[in-house]
Amino acid sequence: MSVSRRNFLKGGGLAAGSIALTGKPSQASVDKPALRTKGLQTSTTVCPYCAVGCGMIVHRKDGKIVNIEGDPEHPINQGSLCSKGSALFQVANNERRLTKVQYRAPKSDKWEEKSWDWAMERIAKRMKDTRDRNFVKQEKINGEMYTVNRNEGMAMIGAAALDNEECYLLGKFARAMGVSYLEHQARI
Amino acid sequence: MTNHWIDIQHADVIMCIGSNPAENHPISFKYVEKAMDNGAKLISVDPRYTRTSSKADTYAQLRPGTDIAFIGGMMNYILENDLIHKEYVVNYTNAAFLVSDDYKFDDGLFSGYDSENFKYSKESWAYQLDANGNPKRDDSLQNPRSVYQLLKQHYARYTPEKVCEITGTAIQDYMEVIRTFAATGKAGKSATIMYAMGTTQHTYGTQNVRSYAMMQLLLGNIGIAGGGINALRGEANVQGSTDYAILYHILPGYLKVPTYDNKTLKAYNDKWTPKSNDPQSANWWSNTPKYMASLLKAYWGDAATEQNDFCYDYLPKRSGNYSFIKLMERLQNGGFEGLVCMGTNPIVGGPDASAIADGLDGLKWMVAADLWETETSVFWKRPGVDPKTIDTEVFLLPAASSVEKDGSISNSGRWAQWRYKAVNPPGHAESDAFMVDQWVKNLKKMYAEDKKAVFPGPITDLDWNYGDGHEPSIDMVARECNGQFTRDVTIKGKTFKKGQQVPSFAFLQADGSTTSGNWLYCNSYTEQGNMMQRRGQEDPTGMGFYHNWAWCWPVNRRVLYNRASVDLNGKPWNPNKPIISWNKVTRKWEGDVPDGGWAPMKEDGTKSPFIMLPEGYGRLFAGGMADGPFPEHYEPMESPVRNLMTKQQSNPAVAIPGKIDNSGKYPYVGTTYRVSEHWQAGAMTRNLPWLVELVPDMFVEISQGLADWKGLKNGDMVTVTTERGKIEARALVTSRIKPLRVSGKMVEQVGMPWHFGFNGLATGGTANVLTTAVGDANTTIPEYKAFLCNIEKGGLKS
Repeated sequence: MSVSRRNFLKGGGLAAGSIALTGKPSQASVDKPALRTKGLQTSTTVCPYCAVGCGMIVHRKDGKIVNIEGDPEHPINQGSLCSKGSALFQVANNERRLTKVQYRAPKSDKWEEKSWDWAMERIAKRMKDTRDRNFVKQEKINGEMYTVNRNEGMAMIGAAALDNEECYLLGKFARAMGVSYLEHQARI
Repeated sequence: MTNHWIDIQHADVIMCIGSNPAENHPISFKYVEKAMDNGAKLISVDPRYTRTSSKADTYAQLRPGTDIAFIGGMMNYILENDLIHKEYVVNYTNAAFLVSDDYKFDDGLFSGYDSENFKYSKESWAYQLDANGNPKRDDSLQNPRSVYQLLKQHYARYTPEKVCEITGTAIQDYMEVIRTFAATGKAGKSATIMYAMGTTQHTYGTQNVRSYAMMQLLLGNIGIAGGGINALRGEANVQGSTDYAILYHILPGYLKVPTYDNKTLKAYNDKWTPKSNDPQSANWWSNTPKYMASLLKAYWGDAATEQNDFCYDYLPKRSGNYSFIKLMERLQNGGFEGLVCMGTNPIVGGPDASAIADGLDGLKWMVAADLWETETSVFWKRPGVDPKTIDTEVFLLPAASSVEKDGSISNSGRWAQWRYKAVNPPGHAESDAFMVDQWVKNLKKMYAEDKKAVFPGPITDLDWNYGDGHEPSIDMVARECNGQFTRDVTIKGKTFKKGQQVPSFAFLQADGSTTSGNWLYCNSYTEQGNMMQRRGQEDPTGMGFYHNWAWCWPVNRRVLYNRASVDLNGKPWNPNKPIISWNKVTRKWEGDVPDGGWAPMKEDGTKSPFIMLPEGYGRLFAGGMADGPFPEHYEPMESPVRNLMTKQQSNPAVAIPGKIDNSGKYPYVGTTYRVSEHWQAGAMTRNLPWLVELVPDMFVEISQGLADWKGLKNGDMVTVTTERGKIEARALVTSRIKPLRVSGKMVEQVGMPWHFGFNGLATGGTANVLTTAVGDANTTIPEYKAFLCNIEKGGLKS
């Protein structure tokens, strides 16, 4: 490919920004922020990739994200983004995203679409059965009995992609379920 | 990070070791370059010549896994030439403390070694105590049992010649690194260390980090502007998910998970609350009982009372190590019925990844919540397996992305910043909070209805009130994380009403009058509002604290250990770059939020700066480590050479695992890393056309010499093999990788990114099929970064 990385990324940004324009030649350059963002609603976010914590502005129109760019007011990145941050637009607009609950039955070679209600009730049932079958109330260690109240039938992993508040809820839930095998990306 | 991203601009010397910020944290490099514009020197220490190396004043190559030798030699030079910041070292570190006469080090082993269990008993790694139970000291640092003298003796063996023979570094490069870095041991000079997984992912990774911290203490570089040791965390909220303790060994805010022998809350508090008899020690963890009671109240609400130990029984108690590697071993032995994966992809990201994939086959059920179909979620149709042989029920739940939900994340500099929902998730996708909420609500109903349910209390009594919306109110969750008063109460002369937000963790109580889901975040959401949403851009000191931008733990303090940035009178070591300074008139600190408000060290009633340690002093000697009070060089579990330092080949506190081979069958040193265009296990980048176009293929970087030897040219398919498995990749023949002269022989090394897998828009060999499932002695973090491999021309199918 003959397009350099710099031009490639610039091209992506222009394509996204130009959606806000009518496309008429008289509408001037896309470099004018006021024109580029006209008619759009904005909100701020923080990049989901590395932990520098760069600020971003999200532009949306009619319930759809039409542009994401670096937040010039953010004290750390001051508007700049790296290759991954610049590509967040394609996370929000991506035909490969999952949009439906999928279920794979034992021995099956394919997914089936299911409803949330069906899946959540069935998962909760599996969790309860597993917990109740594998719950260790007491354990004998060096000849003495100790209360341990552990659910040894299930493990939960992952959390670094979750928000703090979600992590809090996940941890609270896991501990209430007696899950001790609780780990995530911080270890790996 | 002890400091934060913007603070890097203040450094006089920046050493990137075990990290490659220009590639993996590109925007942080803005501050590296800003420092360089002001005259700072950049040192890059890395097995490969990286994008960071290309910007560096000095590049020093080292063999993967030899950091302790490298830093040990630096400390030796600093000590031998008396380049330490002496006033800092005597007053703020434990250099002057006297160590037990029973402590010894002999040919690679510390005193108290138990070779059957690969463990140390640490009784002899203790301070000598005076009549009050406080450590004895010798401020002249001359006592042969002082930490200072023992340290000097320990590293005297690490001569530049010996170090370079181990690390493979060119001696002139090494000496340049030492002289540049050691010059910052003066008041008014600063050096920072930026490190990442190249440091931590070793069987002695924690000791690697400790060696950096020790050198920085010797030079007086902790707590100051442009100083510290700064972990460059790789995921946007991996700091927050650690603070919120999605880990087997801690509870939110780094409280310990109870062990089986902590039978009651009192026993737990007695065991885990450190004690100090020194009136000058703040011993901050003495507050443990308050934080624990407040957490239990947040979990079980009104059901948690003083009479029932605040439902302490409801918490599971651990009897062992359940960390990631152990968890996966149990999975492979058929130990689990179910596995929940929240945005994680272990058959790409975990060590010895093929074994993890095989382990999944034994599950009854698996839940995966993600934005994409990951390799892990389709393990039942991975290459080479017949789905008909796998009985697992798999639920794949479509998750919302970061711009489709509200909530906070914490960056590497501990800033908790709010993200707003911009749009609804696509199709039927939902937030992770929605999923957890649905599980809890379903399970609460099921446990309430089932009279025969096992130990239902922890679930039926769980305090779970986050509004009546479609998903839990994240605002209400954030308030609970901060904490609230459960009744009208007067604390420290201030009166609070039931339901009010607790202003900071200084007000948390052990009597049930407060809740706090995470004491470390108490102050993030006060009666004044959600501090994490702030966007104030004021920088009145010009130091780049931005106290009104978002919120930072703890209590909005931007630089940790900042009371070590001043002399005994409270005057900054560097008056031009003050983090804090003592105003004699107002008798208050100015600048950053001080690490405790006590007066300077010269005054009565003050506290020592290292408030999280019971002795109050930075630890050059650390008796609590699993593998020795001083970092000592050992070889990785797989290594092409014998340990030149002692007869102990590998870390004695780590059991030698199966599936390793040091016979010479695998002649090359392998390591893994990341690239700017991809991220972690790849789902978040290998599904984006823009990024896939930039880096479409798995590759392995090899030297020109190795390519000539193997008859390879750039772009050829090769097979990389280890004792764990084999993968194919494209050869990237480059001068960025060079062989090293180690122990008198030339050793070739190869490097590869670990982002690829068999699923997604871009696919490729999974580097972690090659890595070793053996962990660090202290943290059990896997030794991803150094292993032995072979390379042959041709892909797997040829």
